[in-house]
Amino acid sequence: MALKTVDARGRSCPEPVVLTRNALGQSTEGVQVLVDNSVSRDNVRRFAESRGYSVQVKEEGEDFLLVITR
Amino acid sequence: MGGKRGIVLVGAIVGALAVALVAFGNPVNMGICIVCFIRDTAGALGLHRAGVVQYIRPEIIGIALGAWIASMAGGDFRVRGGSAPFTRFILGFFVVIGALMFLGCPLRMVLRLAGGDLTAVFGLLGFTAGILVGVAFLNKGFTLQRTYNLPKTEGFMFPAMQVALLVLLVAAPAFIFFSAEGPGSLHAPLLVSLVAGLIVGGAAQRSRLCMVGGIRDLVLFKDSHLISGFLAILVVAFVGNLITGNFKLGFSGQPVAHTDWLWNFLGMLLAGLGSVLLGGCPLRQIVLGAEGNIDSVITFLGMLVGAAFAHNFGLASSGAGATAHGKMATIIGLVVVAAIGFVNMERSGVSVKGDVTVGS
Repeated sequence: MALKTVDARGRSCPEPVVLTRNALGQSTEGVQVLVDNSVSRDNVRRFAESRGYSVQVKEEGEDFLLVITR
Repeated sequence: MGGKRGIVLVGAIVGALAVALVAFGNPVNMGICIVCFIRDTAGALGLHRAGVVQYIRPEIIGIALGAWIASMAGGDFRVRGGSAPFTRFILGFFVVIGALMFLGCPLRMVLRLAGGDLTAVFGLLGFTAGILVGVAFLNKGFTLQRTYNLPKTEGFMFPAMQVALLVLLVAAPAFIFFSAEGPGSLHAPLLVSLVAGLIVGGAAQRSRLCMVGGIRDLVLFKDSHLISGFLAILVVAFVGNLITGNFKLGFSGQPVAHTDWLWNFLGMLLAGLGSVLLGGCPLRQIVLGAEGNIDSVITFLGMLVGAAFAHNFGLASSGAGATAHGKMATIIGLVVVAAIGFVNMERSGVSVKGDVTVGS
């Protein structure tokens, strides 16, 4: 099943991480997060990894798609 | 600059430079204070006429230009804006009103603690309380919505404005005010201040150092990354003050501070809450503005106008204590900022791309 995608582009700090946390709370498999800057990418990745998820980052033009899975 | 070592190093650099700037002539426990220095610059431009706090502070210019250069070099310069700019202006305005009630931005609060100023403990308690309230808003879905890309030329205006301020400082035309006495007259040599600012700005840009982010992330995510920078500043400035003889433990007679604990607390409560809603402390706003975040540039202008108001209407405290007008302005600020928090809570919760929507 496709993972849900959270669109956190353009959100200021720390909203991308809050949105990621909330989405992970509702999904057992994981979630995809779309961000548009390296700060948010690093913050979301650090958060997800600290919670024991594995994170894969794909560059999509100017954006980054983080695939967060167990 | 990844990992905790980077941010600790940056905090140590900022702490050491702050102590050095005092040794070179800045007011005690005010090596770097973003709000005080914006206030001094506002005074130099004649936006307020408090004769003791007028000087175009090169540290601010340096921080902005250092962060701009670092963002250009590191590929972080991206011009964007449109996330509730006027709301951010108002938040910036009241962050300064709160900070000048306390007499210092979050960075100076840390420097005051490092200098043994125990009145800053009440500031820290208020600041922490403000962050806790802000975190509650974030958890309830507070957002100022997203930014959008803007033309690149827009992003160059803020660094250009800083260069213009530098020209005014060096040329010192008659219409620029320079304090002959008081904190505004105390400053390190121009070049020393400018270079220190450039280093702080560059380092803060690379590390994303943020005073409000430290406590916020610790509470929100149990993430100790940013607070390690906060603590590094405290420790290094403490040791530096011991070495330079500027450490003086106590409540009374502290430089550019007052002992009214309640208003120290409430002032920083306002500054902390406003900063969380803005997504970063005053230092971080300047760095973001230099990176091309136009909303943070607008926030900077809000802070400049707030500083002008604070001294035009006697809202800012002094060593003698808080003023009646200042107390009223702080209360109004708390009401306005809390209202901004309430009306910007996104009820639908998680924003989701495509057809799928998720409630929170």
